[in-house]
Amino acid sequence: MPALNTSSLPDLIFTILFFFMIVTTMREVTLMVEFKVPKGTEIEKMTKKSLVSYIYVGKPTRELRAKVGNGTQIQLNDKFASLYEVQDYVYQEREAMKEIDKPFMKVSLKVDRDTRMGIVTDIKQELRKAWALNINYSADNRN
Amino acid sequence: MGKRSVPELNSSSTADISFILLIFFLTTTSMDTDRGLARRLPPPPEDNVEQDDTKVKERNVLQVRINAMDELMIGGDYADVSEIRARAKEFIENPENLPNLPDKSPRDIDLFGTVYITDKHVISLQSDRGTSYSKYFEVQNELVAAYNELRDELSRRKFGKSFAELSEEQNLAVRQYYPMKISEAEPKNYAK
Repeated sequence: MPALNTSSLPDLIFTILFFFMIVTTMREVTLMVEFKVPKGTEIEKMTKKSLVSYIYVGKPTRELRAKVGNGTQIQLNDKFASLYEVQDYVYQEREAMKEIDKPFMKVSLKVDRDTRMGIVTDIKQELRKAWALNINYSADNRN
Repeated sequence: MGKRSVPELNSSSTADISFILLIFFLTTTSMDTDRGLARRLPPPPEDNVEQDDTKVKERNVLQVRINAMDELMIGGDYADVSEIRARAKEFIENPENLPNLPDKSPRDIDLFGTVYITDKHVISLQSDRGTSYSKYFEVQNELVAAYNELRDELSRRKFGKSFAELSEEQNLAVRQYYPMKISEAEPKNYAK
């Protein structure tokens, strides 16, 4: 049986590699909360990722539950945070942005659909105090 | 004129190397594009300034309330999520100029000329601390849908195209015709 010519295999793999390098982005944080965002029909795509900061709200992941309990948690960057750290987080994120981008800062709320509104409202009030007024309720498309 | 032959490089492991690279990128990157409903919060209340300086007439406000049991109230009566869209559309447009719906005032809009629109209307969405986020989002979604439907209908009537296909100038005109005014009201705690 003649041997199969595999000389073009590396090229194929490289093509796939380049595809993934282009369409994906680096994961910025490791998620410590589990969340399923709500589904909507009127949602729009968010543009300009560099302007967006994320706030995650949900129940801790299974491994962390033994340590911190079952309650809803807020995650900022790579750690759980209390409500009072939200303002500081916004200031930090804003400080890291270019001067020209600062007024267009956006905060994306990635909130689990079973969360109570109380905590969401509290976060919104903190965001108002920090003058981060452009927000985005993260959601999936419902077909 | 000696012809030297270059020995061929063994490249059989290049595939393996590129596989490793590929797997590295697959694990460290994510493809998620963030999508959602964009909203603008009102600026923070100033302590020294007396609030409530912007008194809105009762007919110009549509109160949408959700309680801790995820029950919905539009205006003064209980309602279902499926009713919001129609109610909101009627409220925003006020097609028959009814006295209990928002009053209309003349406005100059490019491409439309002088039109009578309900530019003072406000939809006030209030939730309880115990309301579930999914219900709240569903209602928000329906309200945005009401605006989008109205804008789409207007675009088709006026320009013969859907709202998404309009040029920038037309888009702006339609958005001025139906300005989106959903108020993220101050939180209240009803249930005790």
